[in-house]
Amino acid sequence: MPNRKSMLHYFLKRLLSLSLSLVAASIVIFLALEVVPGDPAAYMLGLNAQEDTLQALREELGLTGSIFQRYLSWAGGLLVGDFGVSYTYRTPVSEMIGDRLWVSLPLALYALTLSTLIAFPAGIWAASRRGSAADASVMGVTQLGVAIPNFWFAMLMVLVFAINLRWFSAGGFPGWDAGFFAGMKALTLPAIALALPQASILTRVMRSSLLDTLGEDFIRTARAKGLTKGQALWRHAVRNALIPVLTILGLQFSFLLAGAIIIENVFFLPGLGRLVFQSISARDLIVVESVVMLLVFAVIVVNFAVDMAYAWVDPRLRRRR
Amino acid sequence: MRLGKVGTGLISALALSASMGLAHAKSDITVAMQLEPPHLDPTSAAAGAIDSVLYSNVFEGLTRFGSDGSILPGLAESWEISEDGKTYTFKLQSGVKFHDGTEMTAEDVKFSLDRARSDDSQNAQKALFTGIETVEVVNPQTVAVTLSAPNGSLLFNLAWGDAVIVAPESIENIKTNPIGTGAFRFSNWVQGDRIDLEKNADYWGTPAKLGNVTFKFISDPTAAFAAVMAEDVNAFVGFPAPENLPQFEADPRFQVLVGSTEGETILSTNNKLPPLDNVKVREAIAHAIDRQAIIDGAMFGYGTPIGTHFAPHNPDYVDLTANSAYDPELSKKLLAEAGYPDGFTTTLKLPPPSYARRGGEIIAAQLRAVGIETEISNLEWAQWLEQVFRGKDYGLTIVSHVEPMDIGIYARPDYYFQYDNPEFQKLFENLTAENDPEKRSELLKQAQEMLAKDYVNGYLFQLAFPTVANAKIQGLWVNQPTPAADMTAVYWEE
Repeated sequence: MPNRKSMLHYFLKRLLSLSLSLVAASIVIFLALEVVPGDPAAYMLGLNAQEDTLQALREELGLTGSIFQRYLSWAGGLLVGDFGVSYTYRTPVSEMIGDRLWVSLPLALYALTLSTLIAFPAGIWAASRRGSAADASVMGVTQLGVAIPNFWFAMLMVLVFAINLRWFSAGGFPGWDAGFFAGMKALTLPAIALALPQASILTRVMRSSLLDTLGEDFIRTARAKGLTKGQALWRHAVRNALIPVLTILGLQFSFLLAGAIIIENVFFLPGLGRLVFQSISARDLIVVESVVMLLVFAVIVVNFAVDMAYAWVDPRLRRRR
Repeated sequence: MRLGKVGTGLISALALSASMGLAHAKSDITVAMQLEPPHLDPTSAAAGAIDSVLYSNVFEGLTRFGSDGSILPGLAESWEISEDGKTYTFKLQSGVKFHDGTEMTAEDVKFSLDRARSDDSQNAQKALFTGIETVEVVNPQTVAVTLSAPNGSLLFNLAWGDAVIVAPESIENIKTNPIGTGAFRFSNWVQGDRIDLEKNADYWGTPAKLGNVTFKFISDPTAAFAAVMAEDVNAFVGFPAPENLPQFEADPRFQVLVGSTEGETILSTNNKLPPLDNVKVREAIAHAIDRQAIIDGAMFGYGTPIGTHFAPHNPDYVDLTANSAYDPELSKKLLAEAGYPDGFTTTLKLPPPSYARRGGEIIAAQLRAVGIETEISNLEWAQWLEQVFRGKDYGLTIVSHVEPMDIGIYARPDYYFQYDNPEFQKLFENLTAENDPEKRSELLKQAQEMLAKDYVNGYLFQLAFPTVANAKIQGLWVNQPTPAADMTAVYWEE
């Protein structure tokens, strides 16, 4: 049973560092985007716009105040959950993010599930047959999986499964209104494309972590007690080998959520990645700032949760410092 | 192996559900285009994508463009022009209703035009309306527009997507819920994915033949190719990958329409930056450029060479390409005469479209052949607008000027290529005031010649507009006199 007091102390300390990270991140994100050249109003009104028209639009968009004022109003809004209104779409950013999350989040989860389903069996299989042809082929395939750019693999899949076989559409998302099955189907090719490199990395991590564990003393003890190689692997080794794998898995999730920009463009999915991409070129800075801030928030909170979980299972971490 | 079977079964189940789900009744159509509208108010943004979806489909103006660029009556059934050319009296179509059921009257016309030219107007083409002095409601079916000076292009100006008639009560939500008078009404927008329109059963004019129109937005050229090949979309207007067009032409499932646009693609030149301020230097650049090589290399052969800033399909067009024929020897000679026998170095700033990025590399090579070195930098649109267009910090750039009949930009000395010729400004003033078609035509020809003779910019080609569609679709616009995907006359052939 963990000591409650030291746990609380550790929790508060981590919470303070979390808040400071968020404030620092918000300042960096805001300043980085403010110095990007380009006037959102000029972008929207194009080549023939008159100066008075531009000024009228800038005023409506709230672009006329000082940097400091604009930062305060943006950050103040974030604190109460108000992400502002998009310059170009003129709809609340929180609504837009909400809509896009319904594509990006299921896509990330789908890809994560696929990569786990591939990586765990493949990694365990390869590790249990170390040095065999099976091991070598898993290592070869995963090497390829890491090396192949996923957008190229995505195009290849479109060519085969959408253009030639006509099993899937080439992209787009019908919306969850069209039914769960139709939605999942539209996400299948993108999820495979996203999962491929992740599964390859995860397989290799799983294999090497398992091999390390299999060399530990407690496995030898288990074998000495009379367990077969398979029993020792399943009962003792796999569970212990999972810790580094889960860490990688956690990192991959935030990557999958934020890193799907190219895949979302290849499959023209209305997800967060594509939203950021469009918003940057349209200088819809408030959208970019808010989405990036949200992703930073997600990563920081996930790390915080992981830290807390480690501390819960491993009391040594709490006493440190 | 068992896994293999389950997998195949699952995939064929998926495939089956697809063929049931996506099958369209033949009164529906899915049309793809590259860019998504930022919002749905054509009267307060420059984005062509807004017009592409809504022009003529949802919103209508007093006049409108036909596919060939002619000016046709729209919500105005007819008009009379006063003797002095200053007052236009429009008689409106009767029985016109907005999609919310309210009647469209002269009050709405007055509101729309007054809104576009007001002090706090956010109309991207406000200049179209500045000559309007008053808009008066004569009676519910008649409206009189009075100008401060005669303006021969008023009927043309009123056909723009920026001049459509909107209802006062719809303005507050127009950016997400556009309410117009057109043959289709707006039904749904899934941002980032598609916009749905449905047939307006109460339309005042010829009803649309289609029931539902879905516009999908696919920006990536490879994805565009895949979507058409997989027949996920029935048509792609403004297909972004000209290199794939021969493949569609060879496939009996598809038709390829290559139309003209109002996009004069030019090597814009900073006329105030030495040595480009020297007309001899600009002339040398013009002769260094091999237009056909650029059209072939950057646009895969699609595009019409131009020799001045004017659309070749316009009846008043003068072919002046011979004035700046490809002649590198002459180019070198002119450079030497101008005092640059060894050439010089300048900047070439390229915006994102492929005509600029691909064309820029070719032009750089052609200029190098006569001794002119260019420092190429690739810019995003927002950067281009800031540095080149507003900051005038550039030597050369490549851009397609897609606004229709925009020769008037040369009469603005502060415009980004900084061409300041009082003679041209005077000529354009006379043109604006002229109402007589024959005299207008003569003045337009003079204007084209003056620009060619001054070598203001390098005139490259008129941008082509490719559409790939299912072979059974009829009635699509071929040309783009204004950005539009007019679906009002489109139907499926049996």
